[in-house]
Amino acid sequence: MLIVGERINTTRKAMSEAVAGRRAEPVKEEAARQIEAGADTLDVNCGTVPAETEPETLAWLVEIVQAACDLPLCIDSPNPKALAAGLSVHRGKAMINSISGEKARYEQVLPLVKQYGASVVALGVDDRGIPEGRDRATEVASGLVSALLAEGVAADDIYFDPLVRSVATSQTAALESLALMRDLGVRFPGLHFISGLSNASYGLPERRHLNRAFAVLSIAAGLDAVIMDPLDATLVALIYATEVLANQDRFCMRYIDAFHRGRLKA
Amino acid sequence: MDELAQALRDLNEKKVYDLVEERITRGVPAVEIIKACNEGMVAVGELFSTCRYFISQLIFSAEILKAVMKRLEPLLQGGREGPSAGAVVIGTVKGDIHDIGKNIVTTLLRGSGFQVIDLGVDVAAERFVSTLKESGARVLGLSALLNFTYPEMKNVVEAVAAAGLRDKVKVIIGGTPCNEQVRQFTGADYYAQDAVAGVSICREIYAGGTPPGGTQQKEQ
Repeated sequence: MLIVGERINTTRKAMSEAVAGRRAEPVKEEAARQIEAGADTLDVNCGTVPAETEPETLAWLVEIVQAACDLPLCIDSPNPKALAAGLSVHRGKAMINSISGEKARYEQVLPLVKQYGASVVALGVDDRGIPEGRDRATEVASGLVSALLAEGVAADDIYFDPLVRSVATSQTAALESLALMRDLGVRFPGLHFISGLSNASYGLPERRHLNRAFAVLSIAAGLDAVIMDPLDATLVALIYATEVLANQDRFCMRYIDAFHRGRLKA
Repeated sequence: MDELAQALRDLNEKKVYDLVEERITRGVPAVEIIKACNEGMVAVGELFSTCRYFISQLIFSAEILKAVMKRLEPLLQGGREGPSAGAVVIGTVKGDIHDIGKNIVTTLLRGSGFQVIDLGVDVAAERFVSTLKESGARVLGLSALLNFTYPEMKNVVEAVAAAGLRDKVKVIIGGTPCNEQVRQFTGADYYAQDAVAGVSICREIYAGGTPPGGTQQKEQ
């Protein structure tokens, strides 16, 4: 499981303030905390700053976070200019978050994927919005993945996000998302699946339980990357445990390693 | 500690295979490579016995060793000694169907180069005896989880004696209920506290030594 830490995001007050004052220390601390807790890579997002300053801000974030942790990052913005600025200063193989089936976004982000040899989060959405129903979802997803493959992007570099709807308003949403991952996994060997988990629980109380349960179910259906708060120790422990049960952890070595690192105490 | 032994102890699978290839290329004799691996396996066994390794790690080590043995097998052909460290007959006694522990011991023994004849579960005394006769194995391993199987273990030991094999075959009992008292009651030669102990006992029996904690005393 690739754990992408989501806490360096200006929708969070502490990060917003640090970014506004260009104070590196709180950001670096946030990076270190997440890695200590089990994050494999970190998402960096400053989408709340004005659009014209987002590129330089995202580049600043990439530089200070990599100075602190020396990990490849997940560069997160719907704005291709900001992505390009972040990528230009990034060291190593970056993950771009994200591309989608929306025409403009697809056309502007694809060149960046190719230019930087980056891996990419591919959202299962097109100009008609998030597809409703299994057939439409499969059609949109297959179209997007096929297009990326045809452009020479390796399946191993594509992290497809099925963009689950909230189960509060669409009761079969979670099950449809699981079915979609199973279908695509068969059709596109080597394709990765990523999820932000929390969309599924939108509008319900105590969402963490739903998010955790959705993570467990999704791993069994093929989810192998997750954008999450690594400080949710219960979720981290459940992920390690589920990988053992889903026969995705040979000889339980990662679970045992997590135990020795003190990550199973929750 | 030898680098290869260390890599095996640390379950660094790729490094083990790389080092084995490198040593083969350098012309290191296969027996030397096996010696280093044994050192690593002993270290794994110690880590397991002291609860620093878990059972899946023990199985992993046996799996790595098995792959190494398979790689070395062709190089051992034609040598004076065959790859087999000796034959062992093993099974869960009649009346019990638990086999996890027995299977682990079997895997470890095979990984250590023993030829293991695994008779499975719920095995009658006569079957143990006839298999011992046919194979000429000098070690019999009896496994059980349920404590009401002590009398059956005793029964097997007596059947081995009645067949005239008692001075040729060493009997090891193992499984959760087994301890020194149970060993004495059944008349077995040894009890193995865990899978690793069982393997070391087999090794020492075939090496002609006296494993510690056991007894050479035979049933009359």
